[in-house]
Amino acid sequence: MTTEVGSASEVKKDSSQLGTDATKEKPKEVAENQQNQSSDPEEEKGSQPPPAAESQSSLRRQKREKETSESRGISRFIPPWLKKQKSYTLVVAKDGGDKKEPTQAVVEEQVLDKEEPLPEEQRQAKGDAEEMAQKKQEIKVEVKEEKPSVSKEEKPSVSKVEMQPTELVSKEREEKVKETQEDKLEGGAAKRETKEVQTNELKAEKASQKVTKKTKTVQCKVTLLDGTEYSCDLEKHAKGQVLFDKVCEHLNLLEKDYFGLLFQESPEQKNWLDPAKEIKRQLRNLPWLFTFNVKFYPPDPSQLTEDITRYFLCLQLRQDIASGRLPCSFVTHALLGSYTLQAELGDYDPEEHGSIDLSEFQFAPTQTKELEEKVAELHKTHRGLSPAQADSQFLENAKRLSMYGVDLHHAKDSEGVDIKLGVCANGLLIYKDRLRINRFAWPKILKISYKRSNFYIKVRPAELEQFESTIGFKLPNHRAAKRLWKVCVEHHTFYRLVSPEQPPKAKFLTLGSKFRYSGRTQAQTRQASTLIDRPAPHFERTSSKRVSRSLDGAPIDVMDQSLMKDFPGAAGEISAYGPGLVSIAVVQDGDGRREVRSPTKAPHLQLIEGKSLEEEITSILFSEKGFSDSMKATFTSATTWTAEGAVVSANAPSEKLSSSPFSHLLETRAPESEGPCTGARDAVKSSHETLNIVEEKKRAEVGKDERVITEEMNGKEISPGSGPGEIRKVEPVTQKDSTSLSSESSSSSSESEEEDVGEYRPHHRVTEGTIREEQEYEEEVEEEPRPAAKVVEREEAVPEASPVTQAGASVITVETVIQENVGAQKIPGEKSVHEGALKQDMGEEAEEEPQKVNGEVSHVDIDVLPQIICCSEPPVVKTEMVTISDASQRTEISTKEVPIVQTETKTITYESPQIDGGAGGDSGTLLTAQTITSESVSTTTTTHITKTVKGGISETRIEKRIVITGDGDIDHDQALAQAIREAREQHPDMSVTRVVVHKETELAEEGED
Amino acid sequence: MGTPGEGLGRCSHALIRGVPESLASGEGAGAGLPALDLAKAQREHGVLGGKLRQRLGLQLLELPPEESLPLGPLLGDTAVIQGDTALITRPWSPARRPEVDGVRKALQDLGLRIVEIGDQNATLDGTDVLFTGREFFVGLSKWTNHRGAEIVADTFRDFAVSTVPVSGPSHLRGLCGMGGPRTVVAGSSDAAQKAVRAMAVLTDHPYASLTLPDDAAADCLFLRPGLPGVPPFLLHRGGGDLPNSLTPLSPLHLSDVTLVPVSCSELEKAGAGLSSLCLVLSTRPHS
Repeated sequence: MTTEVGSASEVKKDSSQLGTDATKEKPKEVAENQQNQSSDPEEEKGSQPPPAAESQSSLRRQKREKETSESRGISRFIPPWLKKQKSYTLVVAKDGGDKKEPTQAVVEEQVLDKEEPLPEEQRQAKGDAEEMAQKKQEIKVEVKEEKPSVSKEEKPSVSKVEMQPTELVSKEREEKVKETQEDKLEGGAAKRETKEVQTNELKAEKASQKVTKKTKTVQCKVTLLDGTEYSCDLEKHAKGQVLFDKVCEHLNLLEKDYFGLLFQESPEQKNWLDPAKEIKRQLRNLPWLFTFNVKFYPPDPSQLTEDITRYFLCLQLRQDIASGRLPCSFVTHALLGSYTLQAELGDYDPEEHGSIDLSEFQFAPTQTKELEEKVAELHKTHRGLSPAQADSQFLENAKRLSMYGVDLHHAKDSEGVDIKLGVCANGLLIYKDRLRINRFAWPKILKISYKRSNFYIKVRPAELEQFESTIGFKLPNHRAAKRLWKVCVEHHTFYRLVSPEQPPKAKFLTLGSKFRYSGRTQAQTRQASTLIDRPAPHFERTSSKRVSRSLDGAPIDVMDQSLMKDFPGAAGEISAYGPGLVSIAVVQDGDGRREVRSPTKAPHLQLIEGKSLEEEITSILFSEKGFSDSMKATFTSATTWTAEGAVVSANAPSEKLSSSPFSHLLETRAPESEGPCTGARDAVKSSHETLNIVEEKKRAEVGKDERVITEEMNGKEISPGSGPGEIRKVEPVTQKDSTSLSSESSSSSSESEEEDVGEYRPHHRVTEGTIREEQEYEEEVEEEPRPAAKVVEREEAVPEASPVTQAGASVITVETVIQENVGAQKIPGEKSVHEGALKQDMGEEAEEEPQKVNGEVSHVDIDVLPQIICCSEPPVVKTEMVTISDASQRTEISTKEVPIVQTETKTITYESPQIDGGAGGDSGTLLTAQTITSESVSTTTTTHITKTVKGGISETRIEKRIVITGDGDIDHDQALAQAIREAREQHPDMSVTRVVVHKETELAEEGED
Repeated sequence: MGTPGEGLGRCSHALIRGVPESLASGEGAGAGLPALDLAKAQREHGVLGGKLRQRLGLQLLELPPEESLPLGPLLGDTAVIQGDTALITRPWSPARRPEVDGVRKALQDLGLRIVEIGDQNATLDGTDVLFTGREFFVGLSKWTNHRGAEIVADTFRDFAVSTVPVSGPSHLRGLCGMGGPRTVVAGSSDAAQKAVRAMAVLTDHPYASLTLPDDAAADCLFLRPGLPGVPPFLLHRGGGDLPNSLTPLSPLHLSDVTLVPVSCSELEKAGAGLSSLCLVLSTRPHS
């Protein structure tokens, strides 16, 4: 639940800055919220700057002047907080801050402010939840369309209408105006110079910091490899790339693709900052503290172009060695230490160095006098080596260490035994203690996925094997699993691919994370390095003394507390607030502009994520006045579940029992090295590489959850949909027949086309790979222009579990109602959402949810809310026998059997009362209604459009119900996020007011974990 | 550390231990060993020592036989040596554990860093450890357990240490050996092939593989006694008592390796292989 700290923290800042009551009130419940609402207007008024602000935004407004007159009428319904938020956004836009922010959103905000609805009505609306919802929707529509006109025309009226509010608002706006002006003056020029608006913003923000410091910039501190700290101010919404570029610039580093920024999520976990995403969203409530580290260790450092790059790599390795992450023998410690001395001190000088206390250096985790003596002795032998040469020698020796470049992750095997998963350039290594007990080279891995805290790899059948197998590992928690998954995706891409794989095209309802490594691959960065044309940069090698002190791996911890103070936003308090509260807080904030959208949305999304949406059902309900546009929208579903059973081992027969596996290995490697891109063919070849896995190992590797399955393996059929989280099944091979194996390549290619959502498939790049990532969901949604997207209902019923393609088919229906900030007002509703989320997390006891609709297996009724669409899709239960193929055990697997599967349907409703109100209120007059249904392989989309006239305002509502059928590998969160995003893209003028997720899960006999 | 794989077989000294009469007499039989021709065994042992000294030019140290230690000649089980470090093992058979004492002393005198196994739960036979020049494989066999393998990993931290399940009564090095820095030589038995396949999965490095008809022939010794650049030697039984395995080894001829045929069929009856009959080391491993 607390996952989305980032947004929350921001809110907090804002609120504190404003000095309003917001902070206090946030935590409180609905009643208070209502009060807040009423109070909000007042505040807004106070700060309302009037015309000045408007003038700035006038351009945009003008554009939309066309749309119009209705806005006033609609404006009444708009709640005050909406106004504020919008206004903020507006400011932001002016500042050049949010590129992402659609202009529309900005416009809307202004309009709202100006229109300054009647507080009274708003309150009333609150009372009448149903009405509110509708009104809100209406508002949304209007806002979008009418904003321009409203702003101009209505300003005066607004101020008049709301005396108190306007005052406050005016103040705030003045500040904003100042800021913006300053920005223009100082940073304005820069803003448009480059595409990197964010950077520009930073400057602008700095300039205006006195006014805006509260919200605009955040101080980042980055611990560099030499132990020094680099700090800078970043625009709050800056992406990771901005910071990374600044750091690299500071370091004068060109070959930067090997490096990255880490932030410490917990004492045990460090995460890589994703350059493509906003820092804030990744940090959540963490302090803005980073460490600059090597992310991809060059297998051959001598191929680096610049000495400075090697120098930083050396610094990293010295840290790794001193901290024990890179184990070395005594001799190696001494040798590497001696090169360090040579690089930093130069030739051994008896007079000078005889007196140097080597204990100030850290050559090893535990350093003995003997080691220091050995270091000194070896140092003498390096006479004549330049610092750069010494570094090179250092690297030549360090790169051969077995743990060089291996990123270790703690996990447990099927028996709960602690093991470590090591991700490296060549693949995935499995360690028990210090011993390597298994290894999965990238070519052998077909798919990488994670679900909850489980991490799965699907591997090619070993030699003589017919069956692909999926091996599961239990990570400490969900985030650890996701982190491991990401690291794998990145490493595979960096080391094995020629160019990064394009993230899966955003299709509506594409399930799974779209996360991909977006940087340059090793091949690309090498090529780029050849183009480096500058004199070798001068840099000073700092003494490793300092490094050794700072390196212990704990620097961040030490700084944490102090830094926390520095970052108001870091406070985790807000995380506890209900989403609704948060949004309110935002409203109150003068500076909340950007936050406006994220806070409201984020909380909900977070909740979802926390649950790890295993989800399924998404229907999106759009409401808009002019809905005609919406009709155009086509929802395509990208999810297809294919039978993956195809055995890859077409060639296996020939290789069988080949007496020289090693040589085969050699043979096969060549083709692979040709290029990861070769796809199916490549895959076939690489199958040669696979060898029988020893039984014992396999057992160990099977994820804990799989244990059950394993037991059943012995010829028993396992029902695929064991429920969320149970997914670990091993791929059944479809063809028992060895003859059928010949079709392998074709089957694999077909797989690639049919995208498996939620997985990353190393081999069939662009086409197939899909990685699922739940977090994506949040982020994507947050990016949405709309201030508040609320997930009202969500049901879980789908089997998350089976990686097996054919195995568990899950029905996913997601109903999404898009709607503007309405949600903020009603705390109760929010609460329910919150609770729902929690419950889902814990045990998915949907039934207890207040507002949730309990859907029968095949049918979900959302009658409660008029607006909500009922999902009445019968659950599709496709099942296939799932078996764990054990190399040693060669179990026969029949694929086509369809066992009877118990299905569990869970409906969890996350609603805000407001929404309800909107839905249930006066229904007005129905003008038109139409229903459109489209189907694709794995999804069925039903679009229901109604047009009503109410109070002279026409309202168009689009409800989309998407049924996603697929096995557990689908990342429903991802799918939902994508669905929402697509919906928005398709209906830019509309807002999502509701999202209902109904999930049906096949019950595994074992029950859920 | 030198070039990868270059360290394989680098040696300046060889250590062997004489064959006691007890190996062929009552005590050996009491230990469950088959009867063997003591004279023949001693002759084989003598020939091996001679080749190490004269053919390869190694400094040969021979520990005197001890009647209380019938299997003393198999000193390959008593230590694992890489670079300047010698790990003194803890053989599975309690009766053999005293064997390590003499070996420890000798290695210590040669200036090696001695690492002991203190863990009473660990068992480790030296011939279950295969060093390829780039990494270690430790056979999890009847003789060596996981804890023993862990200690190998703890001792030789620069290298990857992978575990290889070994079925049957053999030691890992009784099934396969190194024919060169990038060549694994393996027998053709199921156990040997299984082990090799496991190794192929576990390794990051590409090795070629040669399969010989006899498992025992795979237990060969790749040695590089001279300076770098001097052609290395491969002591093997293909030209000796296991002629069937000679032809498959011929490719190694092309790789500039001098094949030195040796025989030890009599000693094999006591479980010995070429790599168990001697310990080789370099007193200047890093030069």
